[in-house]
Amino acid sequence: MSTWLSQHGQAFLLALRRLTASPVNTLLSLLAIGIALALPAGGQMLLANAMQLARNAAPTPQISLYLDLGADKRAVQEVEARLKSNPSVKSVRFIAREDTLTRMKASEGLGDVIDALPKNPFPDAFIVMPADDRPEAMEQLAAELRKLPKVEHVQLDSDWVRRLDALLKIGRTGILLLALLLGVGLVAITFNTIRLQVMASRAEIELSRLLGATDGFIRRPFHYFGVLLGLLGGLVAWLIVAGVVLWLKGPIGELAQLYSLDFALRPLALIDSLALLGAAATLGWLGAGLSLRQHLTDH
Amino acid sequence: MIRFDHASKRYPPGIDALADVSFEVGKGELVTVGGHSGAGKSTLLKLIAAIERPTGGAVLVNGQNVGSLKRSAVPYLRRNLGLVFQDQKLLFDRNVFENVMLPLTITGFPAAEAKRRAQAALDKVGLLERQKAMPIMLSGGEQQRLAIARAVVGRPNLLLADEPTAHLDPDTAADVARVFLEFREVGVTVLIATYDDGLFPGARRIVLDHGRLQ
Repeated sequence: MSTWLSQHGQAFLLALRRLTASPVNTLLSLLAIGIALALPAGGQMLLANAMQLARNAAPTPQISLYLDLGADKRAVQEVEARLKSNPSVKSVRFIAREDTLTRMKASEGLGDVIDALPKNPFPDAFIVMPADDRPEAMEQLAAELRKLPKVEHVQLDSDWVRRLDALLKIGRTGILLLALLLGVGLVAITFNTIRLQVMASRAEIELSRLLGATDGFIRRPFHYFGVLLGLLGGLVAWLIVAGVVLWLKGPIGELAQLYSLDFALRPLALIDSLALLGAAATLGWLGAGLSLRQHLTDH
Repeated sequence: MIRFDHASKRYPPGIDALADVSFEVGKGELVTVGGHSGAGKSTLLKLIAAIERPTGGAVLVNGQNVGSLKRSAVPYLRRNLGLVFQDQKLLFDRNVFENVMLPLTITGFPAAEAKRRAQAALDKVGLLERQKAMPIMLSGGEQQRLAIARAVVGRPNLLLADEPTAHLDPDTAADVARVFLEFREVGVTVLIATYDDGLFPGARRIVLDHGRLQ
């Protein structure tokens, strides 16, 4: 056990030594890997933020019900009663047309326009929270509500959420594709770096074999080398993404404030960060393994 | 200890480096292998260390048929051998001490014990003072002694050396030869390929001529 540990420790130290022996090469490799991985990692960060934004902007899907402009108090009360007795409706909020008018007048730039109108253009409205917020159920409820008397227009507020959802799905697929492509790129980079390492250590490898080194002994440091290269490259990618977040945080925060959204750009989530580092290390190991199979088979 | 049984080695396209060689080396013996350049001395040593495999006959080391060893078993054969190569094969990016440590690192020796052994081996060849030096700073004789220290640090029971005194001035050569004689004193079997067997008094001599024993 202690022999095993010390052999791995020595292999790890040798890998570190080889990494630091040619700092410029190592740095360039790390940058190449880091930038390649920063693209999908950054994409994932943006996607996670977009999802966060979507959730904030539409906390719960709802249905808006606009009544006919000619609907009187009695009609309103009737619609309200029918809504409240509907088991598919969780809750109802009434917005009187006068309230809407006051609120709109207060809005910047709209006051003068509304004052110029001969009469209140806004209808009475109900905001309906459905008991079941699945898209199909909401669609069905909306169709039902359209049949109520004096109802002019029914708007499903979940529409844009669904569109956004579909968009995010495309985004996720795109990021997956990007990650796959650049993952192959990472394997290629480690493959080549290890090839150069094997060539540079030819004398040492040959001598070690003559002195009784097993294949495992010779391969081990290169595997560590690949894992370290991947891991450090992943770290560079993480730092790039963190830097971008830091840089964009201010401007995006201002923009969110202008749209009165409760939103702040977040860095990569812990689980995504771990996935990034884990994937980078695994791909480095894979690249090393492939390279060794290619370049160490000769006796 | 070593037995060659009608062993031959033919390189393509039909050059016989060794042909029908049979001899035995007993435990604790000192044997020199003589012969002109290209007579097959190096090939003979390479067959013992399984660096090359015989194309005919058999080579046995400690009763083991080296020619039929599995690839995965070869490292463990070599750990019992001390090899001194014609071109020394020192690592010039590591210091003297680290060069001697390499065989012990390969076998996975505990660090403290390995350090003690490496220093003992360096002391034996008179290089303990220079353990921090880089090999490039050493003289030819010192480099050869470093190669010997590396060969014996694992305390092998069989020491093989290929032209260990070549390219050395007579005094230095005698100095290096004395180190081998000392190992024979402590019971190590020593096989030396050399054109200058006068340096090894008391050694049994076998001579190769165009791949055949004389």
